[in-house]
Amino acid sequence: MPEAKLSLCGVKKSFGKQAILRGIDLDVAEGEMICLIGASGSGKSTLLRCINQLEPVDDGNVWLDELDISAPGLDLGPIRRRIGIVFQSFNLFPHMTAMDNVLLAPRRVLNEEVQGLRLRAEEEFARFGLAQHKDKYPDQLSGGQQQRVAVIRALVMRPEIMLFDEITSALDPELVGEVLDVLRELRAEGMTMLLATHEMGFAREVADRVCFIDGGMIVEQGPPEELFNKPKVARTQEPCTYSLKELNCFMVISKGASSKLNFSALLTLDLST
Amino acid sequence: MATGNDGRSTDQITVNKRLKYEARLRQRSMVVAGVSTAIVVLSIVLLVPLAPGWEGVKTSFFNGEVFAKTLPKLLKAFLWDVAIFAWSVPLIFALGLAIALARAVRSPALFPLRIFGAAYVDIFRGVPVVLVIYLVGFGVPGLGLPRPWNSPYIWGTVALVLTYSAYIAEVLRGGIESIHASQRAAAICLGLSERDTMRYVILPQAIRRVIPANMNMLVALQKDVALLSFIGPVEILRQAGIFKSLLANFTPYVAAALIFLCVTVPATRYADYLMNRDRNARS
Repeated sequence: MPEAKLSLCGVKKSFGKQAILRGIDLDVAEGEMICLIGASGSGKSTLLRCINQLEPVDDGNVWLDELDISAPGLDLGPIRRRIGIVFQSFNLFPHMTAMDNVLLAPRRVLNEEVQGLRLRAEEEFARFGLAQHKDKYPDQLSGGQQQRVAVIRALVMRPEIMLFDEITSALDPELVGEVLDVLRELRAEGMTMLLATHEMGFAREVADRVCFIDGGMIVEQGPPEELFNKPKVARTQEPCTYSLKELNCFMVISKGASSKLNFSALLTLDLST
Repeated sequence: MATGNDGRSTDQITVNKRLKYEARLRQRSMVVAGVSTAIVVLSIVLLVPLAPGWEGVKTSFFNGEVFAKTLPKLLKAFLWDVAIFAWSVPLIFALGLAIALARAVRSPALFPLRIFGAAYVDIFRGVPVVLVIYLVGFGVPGLGLPRPWNSPYIWGTVALVLTYSAYIAEVLRGGIESIHASQRAAAICLGLSERDTMRYVILPQAIRRVIPANMNMLVALQKDVALLSFIGPVEILRQAGIFKSLLANFTPYVAAALIFLCVTVPATRYADYLMNRDRNARS
């Protein structure tokens, strides 16, 4: 049995005839931060959704500590509350204030006093600079603020692992920074995190390990420096149209030149722009 | 057009031209609307009295004396319509919500519940209200139940509740299904149960979204209460019928129609207002 905090063994998932995940093996140690990078449609989001069992896996196992959480027939409520997830589109409940969004699940699920919960939530709001916004409705908040509320909502359940599904992709560029700061803070606390992201510079800065996913497989993984500077696998070295799009450099590079550039060169470009 | 170098006066002239053009357009459509309305009204006022039976119709449908004499009693009878409406509404919403929830369950073990919900809606939406009222209103008391359980007020109410809860259930189900799947995903991922997710996340949003549509159902219900007159309760339509037989005059029916309009027109306008507000809020 694997010793990691979270462990995926040969996870496969298809929607209809289309195979999205084609055998993913991944061990996540306690306190590790892993960035999943890859093109849109490569399976990053599906992988995260298979981890917290939002999508049942077709084949393979997902282990959380000693428990196979992909086994059919489990009561998933208690498992899901150990795994926090934050989505690209925030998914706050629009009919509740920020504070009620945060308190709903712990009130219904955790065996804690309401007063203590509220104090804890208020601390989190203060920590992420949202103290004066806690009684506002989601529509009254900016995208960056909404996303931070979504993070607090997940954190207040005291999860053991946090999953982030491209949480900055729906944000205006000037709001991305405030959300990435939240991640840096969690990183400093030693939270175990899996992050699907297009923010290559950020991945390079904070990740312990970067996994490059392509066609439903992890085609290469390693510490960011290694992966970005000395990619081993052909697919990582050969930039294709996708990486140009993903990294927003297509304006800079003419089509003829792009075939000669390799992945790490693109990353450097991304950092410089 | 201005003759060149003064830009402001050119703008001024363009604006004036547009204003004039729009004023002309408005004027023309007013004239068209006014003339056509006048033609229709005049032809009715002038032509209808030329019909051979007009004198008879006037005395039997628009008799001021009869109107004044019957109005107070008709208004009193209308209170029954209001009362039946008032106690039907909570029952309709309770049952409608239950049916909508039965149709929304996802667990395979509760599949029969979904079938039941679907069958219920199919049956009671597919049969005319009047028929349900006849079948329930005459059929059930026919079982020989003791008083007061043979009251047409009770079984008439039951018939209305059965029919309208099917409609309300469909409206609510539409609301529930209109809430984006990501809301459910977010709630489930926080560890909330299916039940709590429905109760605290989906339903509050769904119900808010279908308030305008439900207002329309209520306006329709207010009118359909009059159908109970067929099985006995002396509400306004029945009362008007009694007066008709008594006085050999149809004016009470016209009076009843006016009383209904006094209630349903403001209610419809209010429903429209809610619907517009909802549309503006979402756009």
